[in-house]
Amino acid sequence: MNLPKRRVSTSAPHSGRRSASSAERWELRLYVAGQTPRSLAAFANLKQICENHLAGKYRIEVIDLVKNPQLARGDQIVAIPTLVRRLPPPLSKIIGDLSNTERVLVGLQLRARQ
Amino acid sequence: MAKTQHTPRSAVRGLPKCPTGIQGLDEITGGGLPRGRPTLVCGAAGCGKTLLAMQFLVRGATDYHEPGVFMAFEETADELAKNVASLGFNLPALISRKQLFIDYVYVERSEIEETGEYDLEGLFIRLGHAIDSIGAKRVVLDTVESLFAALPNMLVLRAELRRLFRWLKDKGVTVIITAEQGNGTLTRHDLEEYVSDCVVRLDHRVTDLVSTRRLRIVKYRGSVHGTNEYPFLIDEAGLFVLPITSLDLQHPASTERISSGVARLDSMLGGQGYFRGSTVLVSGTAGTGKSSLAAHFVDAACRRGERCLYFAFEESLHQITRNMRSIGLNLQPWLRKGRLYFYAARPTLGGLEQHLAAMARMIDTFRPHVVVLDPITNFVSVGQIADVKSMLMRLVDTLKRQQITALFTSLTAADSAREQTAVGISSLMDTWLSLSTIELNGERNRGLYVIKSRGMAHSNQIREFLITDHGIELVDVNLGPSGVLTGSARLAQASHDRSEAVARQQEVERRRHDLEHRHAALDAQIAVLRAEYEREADEVQNSVAELQQGEQRTQVDRAEMTRQRKADKAPAVRRTPGVHAKGGRQ
Repeated sequence: MNLPKRRVSTSAPHSGRRSASSAERWELRLYVAGQTPRSLAAFANLKQICENHLAGKYRIEVIDLVKNPQLARGDQIVAIPTLVRRLPPPLSKIIGDLSNTERVLVGLQLRARQ
Repeated sequence: MAKTQHTPRSAVRGLPKCPTGIQGLDEITGGGLPRGRPTLVCGAAGCGKTLLAMQFLVRGATDYHEPGVFMAFEETADELAKNVASLGFNLPALISRKQLFIDYVYVERSEIEETGEYDLEGLFIRLGHAIDSIGAKRVVLDTVESLFAALPNMLVLRAELRRLFRWLKDKGVTVIITAEQGNGTLTRHDLEEYVSDCVVRLDHRVTDLVSTRRLRIVKYRGSVHGTNEYPFLIDEAGLFVLPITSLDLQHPASTERISSGVARLDSMLGGQGYFRGSTVLVSGTAGTGKSSLAAHFVDAACRRGERCLYFAFEESLHQITRNMRSIGLNLQPWLRKGRLYFYAARPTLGGLEQHLAAMARMIDTFRPHVVVLDPITNFVSVGQIADVKSMLMRLVDTLKRQQITALFTSLTAADSAREQTAVGISSLMDTWLSLSTIELNGERNRGLYVIKSRGMAHSNQIREFLITDHGIELVDVNLGPSGVLTGSARLAQASHDRSEAVARQQEVERRRHDLEHRHAALDAQIAVLRAEYEREADEVQNSVAELQQGEQRTQVDRAEMTRQRKADKAPAVRRTPGVHAKGGRQ
């Protein structure tokens, strides 16, 4: 499995069944550094979670810092991999390979913190 | 490992060094920080870590053509630029010239959820990108420990930091890592375990209400270094570490002589004045003219075209120039020409170290030939005597190394012995002039002694020290029969001496006349005696002649008688007649 070039989008912006909540678009950014097993795992885990919980209203942008190191500053990336929830606000960051689904959901605020 | 194109002095010893450009620090470390290795700078909050690190980068960029990366974990680039602008560092200009790169790393714990394995590759990438984008040779991480608060997994963090430092070493960049001081440990998170090449500790202490910053090299692997605590100063030109006590007494000794500004004093000092690069102490009680003597010295130096730095701790610049004008010394032209610079401050303004640092800094920037400290006694009010002495010793060392002639004035308490200075620093001085008040017949006059002057034959005489409207004059005191006389007593004695001399002259004349008289009288007496003698001699001869004639007659008579008696010939007849000496006795 390979990481997508830049963007993964699962739905057209204005189509689909939940047009009422189309304002609530999820923009996620996954920062990785090269095609390491951990990066690949993180992307796979993210994709899985999005499909399960945000089907049709999310967009994942994968940024490989090895190729674009200057982009690390913008989102204050230190740890790899880091997932940034850019939209909807508030901004939040989730670090790690996203293997702990529960915590990813908490981090994305799809589930209340226990 | 380290790049060697900028090989410093100590390269022969094996460990290449990276000059920090921070005054004094390079001296203590024997050339700078270990090149291509990380150095840990630790200390409590507000002790100057960030500044030291920033100066390392700025000097590196401006003085050594080594661009630098500043990775800030606590302040944004803007904040940093503002904070150091007051120190004369123009960060935006350096950034635009690609000599500096500031990356602000901000990690907010509350925004972060940890969901499995991760590493800090993002940090590496950012740092690597920053280094590569400007070809950085120097890196600062300030303060990398912030990550401990931001990232939950200590094990990962420690492993990654270890990897980071190794990675930086591999990159061959010289790194400063700052860290907060821990409770009883060098750093709060034991960073010293990872950074083992060089550890510098900063300290900011307040003793007796006076704060002093100090720096110490805790360790420096593979290099000798000064081990003391060195005071340092942060002023408008950045950080400044005091080189302090030179470990070796190796400063050069000049044989050049410079005038003290008072011709007569020069002649007391072997005829030529002070040695260049020597230290002169002028001690004396209040109002004996210490500052005036200092001003003469300064004036003479300015006349020679030299630069003078005058540290005034009691009077303001205007006060001094006004006062000196009253004795015929106009210092204004020298101030205008920039040959003379005044630094006037109350000693209580700051701690001793701060003063020392400030003075050292001024000396460093102004590069004077002559320095005056007037007076040093006031420092006692801000420090212990031992501290003052050690401060002055360090100052003297600094001055001597640079061949700067220094004049210190010291106020002697009225009731203390003459040969006692308030801070006991006379042993540091090459020349010691003592000014004193001589009280006699209801007036006070000034006297000057040369107590010592190393390396020259100097006068052992006291001179009266006059402050006139055309400067200082030294005159011989009157050493009359009743002791040392000065002032009007000296003048009175002088006129007394003059009349006495006249009287003596007259006496001599009189006696000479007397003698001549006696000589004449004696001659006359001799003539009389001679005449008497001659007369007596004549008489004697006459009587001798008479006696002889009488004898002859007697003999003739006797012979006649004998002949008539027809007597035998008697032996007595053989006696020869006419012997004058025997007289005429039978």
